[in-house]
Amino acid sequence: MSNTDFALAIEDLTVSFDGFKAVDSLNFYLNKDELHVVIGPNGAGKTTVLDLICGKTKSTSGSIKFMNRELTKLAEHQIVHAGVGRKFQTPSIYENLTVYENLEVSYPRGRGVFGSLMFKCDAEVDKRIREVAAEIFLEEMLDMESALLSHGQKQWLEIGMLLIQDPQLLMLDEPVAGMSVKERELTAELLKRICKGRSVLVIEHDMDFVEKIAHKVTVLHQGKILAEGDMKTVQNDPKVIEVYLGH
Amino acid sequence: MNFVYDRLLGGKNGAIGFAILAALIFLILPLFLDLFRLNLVGKYLTYAFAAVSLVLLWGYGGILSLGQGVFFGLGGYSMAMFLKLEASDPESTKIQSTPGIPDFMDWNQITQLPWFWEPFNSFGFTVVAVLLVPAIFAFIIGYSMFKRRVGGVYFAIITQIIAVILTVLIVGQQGYTGGINGITDLRTLHGWDIRQDSAKYILYFVNAFLLFGVILLCRFILTSKLGRLLLAMKDKEDRVRFSGYDVSNFKIFVFCVSAMISAIGGAMFTLQVGFMSPSFVGIVPSIEMVIFAAVGGRMSLIGAVYGTLLVNYGKTIFSETFPELWLYLMGALFIGVVMYFPNGLAGVWNKHGGKLVGCIKNMQCVSAVKSMLDKKRLAKADVAGK
Repeated sequence: MSNTDFALAIEDLTVSFDGFKAVDSLNFYLNKDELHVVIGPNGAGKTTVLDLICGKTKSTSGSIKFMNRELTKLAEHQIVHAGVGRKFQTPSIYENLTVYENLEVSYPRGRGVFGSLMFKCDAEVDKRIREVAAEIFLEEMLDMESALLSHGQKQWLEIGMLLIQDPQLLMLDEPVAGMSVKERELTAELLKRICKGRSVLVIEHDMDFVEKIAHKVTVLHQGKILAEGDMKTVQNDPKVIEVYLGH
Repeated sequence: MNFVYDRLLGGKNGAIGFAILAALIFLILPLFLDLFRLNLVGKYLTYAFAAVSLVLLWGYGGILSLGQGVFFGLGGYSMAMFLKLEASDPESTKIQSTPGIPDFMDWNQITQLPWFWEPFNSFGFTVVAVLLVPAIFAFIIGYSMFKRRVGGVYFAIITQIIAVILTVLIVGQQGYTGGINGITDLRTLHGWDIRQDSAKYILYFVNAFLLFGVILLCRFILTSKLGRLLLAMKDKEDRVRFSGYDVSNFKIFVFCVSAMISAIGGAMFTLQVGFMSPSFVGIVPSIEMVIFAAVGGRMSLIGAVYGTLLVNYGKTIFSETFPELWLYLMGALFIGVVMYFPNGLAGVWNKHGGKLVGCIKNMQCVSAVKSMLDKKRLAKADVAGK
């Protein structure tokens, strides 16, 4: 595959689990500075696509190029070093650490064994942690044990743990699941802010929320792309209506 | 100064706990115990190295090794090989058919010192080997397990099997290892007789200093970012991996460090007890070490030392009176601790220690009230008597 201007270019990507093709020769392109939402019914392969990009699942065939760098051959931590950050569906934060420590551990320095032994939380790190905490609405809660955060705050914290690494591609798996209306609004604002200067790939079920944030929407069905475009086109696409309402 | 106080000692509470343990080990025990008992405590404190290593590895790293005895043994055997060679000079072994080699080799018709014994003529090499042989061995095990993402119960079982294999190997190769009897009759270190009373005192204190050094080293590791990463990995390993860390490297690192710590204990064991045998390598000692850490509190470095001392004290008392019951009791103790006190003694102390300190402070006024009441009762009895 030749080099492209896309931030992320997925071509002919297939993964099969014992013959079942969860993702079936998928072609997918993501621009720089774009907030792209993937929707689709349960089992459409949305989370699997994220798993494939971040290296959690190895592809059967096809290529994933991020900034023209092939990701399918890299180990998980190398993919992160290349600039890809991924939030999991259920908030994955370190419950036994404070909010501050959660962010500190995620700071992209001292990533080796000896680097982390000698890592010092200096003024620069401290400043960055506070900056990110302010961005994710948790500046008041830095010293709180993160197990005590509400579900929505945990989601924010995990987003913050990615932001502190300043990834070029941010992938969020259902970022507003379990959030209150107020929290959803704040999250929409947050996403609009953080998609500047990076690409953001979001999986979401909440259509109102998708409408609020998406630059572009892709509908996935049975491992294949069913429709792509802005929210209006996709919503009025008869194939999409069929998939969502027909069964 | 702040670095030492805040990080290594762990602030005010940590420093107090450290000071109490130091007072116990450096002052109280040597002052009040006779040499025989003190030597026994010294032996227990060598197990404490293994217990401390398990706090690092199991408590914080979440990696349960049921094979710490392997590393304890490798350290102990390295030291024993050096001491044995020194004890086997041609002069004192002249009645053997091949003088100048360890006695057990002679008994097994071996006529030449095996190649891997040769370097242990040097004390410098031995000290390095005590640390590096277990570290390299741990690295090989760790690399092949953790890079393949083998963990949890599987890892525990594999380490346990390695303990069995090593025991079988040592017992089976008696010409090279001394077999089931181990390496015995160790006498001098550079001409310094380790069996005399003064040597026992000195070795006790060397051991204690090393133990505190190791605890400080562990504190340093656990208070660094690496320590927080270990806790993070225990909770959400995937999150750490997808935050850009090669998780297996961190596991290999703590496994190697814990192996080295156990090995120091093993080497000090050989020096203080005067022999090394496969009975300190296999499953039972390895699991005992886990129990020491569990009883003391697997999240507390200092607790592990208390746990080791307490369980061994109990073992000595009970096995003197009911030798056949001890193993059952030990098993029951382990189950009890895991079920009711998951954080061991240290957990109990953290929960109720504050109250106890308050109680002791109140004790003075309680005793004042008591003596007042006693006086009254006496006065009443006096009146009644009349």
